[in-house]
Amino acid sequence: MKQFQYTKATSPQGVLEAISKPGTKIIAGGTNLVDHMKHGLIAPDKLVDINHLPLKGITPTKSGLHIGTLALNSVVSENALVLQKQPLLSMALKAGASPQLRNMATVGGNIMQRTRCTYFYDTIMPCNKREPGTGCGAMEGYNRMHAIFGASGQCIAVHPSDMCVALAALDAQVIITGKKGEKRMPFTDFHRLPDDHPELDNHLAKDEMILGVEIPDNNFAKNSYYLKVRDRQSYAFALVSVAVGLDLSGGTIRSARLAMGGVAHKPWRLFEAEKFLAGKTATEDNFKQAAQLAMQGAKAYEYNAFKLKLAPAAITEALKHASGIV
Amino acid sequence: MENNNNLPEPDTRPDVKDPSRRDFLKKSALITAVALTPAHAVKAAEKHMDERIAEAFEKMPLSLEINGAPHNLMVEPRSTLLDILREQLDLTGTKKGCDLGQCGACTVHVDGHRVISCLTLGIMVNGKKVTTIEGLAKGDQLHPMQEAFLKHDGFQCGYCTPGQIMSAVACIREGHANSEHEIREYMSGNICRCGAYPNIVNAIQEVKEGGLPV
Repeated sequence: MKQFQYTKATSPQGVLEAISKPGTKIIAGGTNLVDHMKHGLIAPDKLVDINHLPLKGITPTKSGLHIGTLALNSVVSENALVLQKQPLLSMALKAGASPQLRNMATVGGNIMQRTRCTYFYDTIMPCNKREPGTGCGAMEGYNRMHAIFGASGQCIAVHPSDMCVALAALDAQVIITGKKGEKRMPFTDFHRLPDDHPELDNHLAKDEMILGVEIPDNNFAKNSYYLKVRDRQSYAFALVSVAVGLDLSGGTIRSARLAMGGVAHKPWRLFEAEKFLAGKTATEDNFKQAAQLAMQGAKAYEYNAFKLKLAPAAITEALKHASGIV
Repeated sequence: MENNNNLPEPDTRPDVKDPSRRDFLKKSALITAVALTPAHAVKAAEKHMDERIAEAFEKMPLSLEINGAPHNLMVEPRSTLLDILREQLDLTGTKKGCDLGQCGACTVHVDGHRVISCLTLGIMVNGKKVTTIEGLAKGDQLHPMQEAFLKHDGFQCGYCTPGQIMSAVACIREGHANSEHEIREYMSGNICRCGAYPNIVNAIQEVKEGGLPV
């Protein structure tokens, strides 16, 4: 690992000033950044440690729940307010990483984590995300873990987070600060599709930082489910994951929220399936139809065609669990 | 609503590299060397004096408590807690497995919480309390979890064991050892290549059910 300078930030303003200089990166939990530095994917000249900023709080707001960017994944997953108001978020967090990593990883860091595409990690392979213009090793390579939605001719990597899938489903907002002041961005707009710029994971500018997220209150708490399908029972990235929140009245779905992980460069909201389910009864048949709608436009590569069957089955299964019909 | 990119692209201008501090230190060290007689300059370069001078400037003070004892060290910001424990303090009980946060062999407690020491920069735990496998026993009296691992054969080669035991203690303290299923889930960050998992689970269950303080 290349040597770097280390400083502790004392205010968000100080962080913004520090990151406006080239070669400077924010460090919080470090579980992704230090890993990248060891792999030689990034070699910052300076790290700004933001752990001492007062951005850890989990607090109710007038119409939602605010979670500070430095709240630990483990703390959020077991927080009483989160469990009561947004259990889907807790389920997704507990499905991610390991207890040790969740004790280090922060909410902001989880949002900013980069793909686990093996061609991105292997510095002798071409990768348009790591080195724009070099090509994509995965396109013709072993692309079993890769995208089936929204990929481009430049990049077929997927976003690895579980937490982000829940936040996308729950209509969360990302609270961002920059030189022009504070702003909010819908979570579903925060991450990007690769298009012609796979080197960009999201819409956070270089001189901005995340302060936290806010989740609006909803009626999904009783009928939420996070289903994660992976190669081993725990501690592995998703082949496919599904976050479901249902507002159920009797057997009728008043509204539905669905998002998938492991299928795209960003948490993938299933807008068509949500529209279809609104007003329908909670039956396996309707869930299967919703799953088929969700799969429109899916495209597989040589080794991930199994996801075209696995994904709709996972959607149906997650909906059954959320509605309590299993 | 759609999944497409709806927002303008963020600033993508490539970084213009500032000359790094290390480069500056190396260059100024060389200028100093050049100012000496030519013979000295050659010798300085031969002994990588520039590197050593740069290193001396780059070390930072780190104060922390390890297994109850205070330590005041000078460390490079890039040194991980794992490397500081093993290389600077000879606390080699904490093992380096993958060194990439994937195996759990390096698990230690920081302020009572289990973390991965290979992904923890030492400088970031300044002022904190670290407990390693060496800090569990009280003199000759093993910790109940160490006893249980011995009794149940919770290991074969033993390399992952310090991490398994640190994780197991935390697992009970966190309240996540209430069933075999829960133990397996909350121990999933510790990989055992020998496959001693059933015995590890038995050891944890015995300590949990025995009700001894961990």
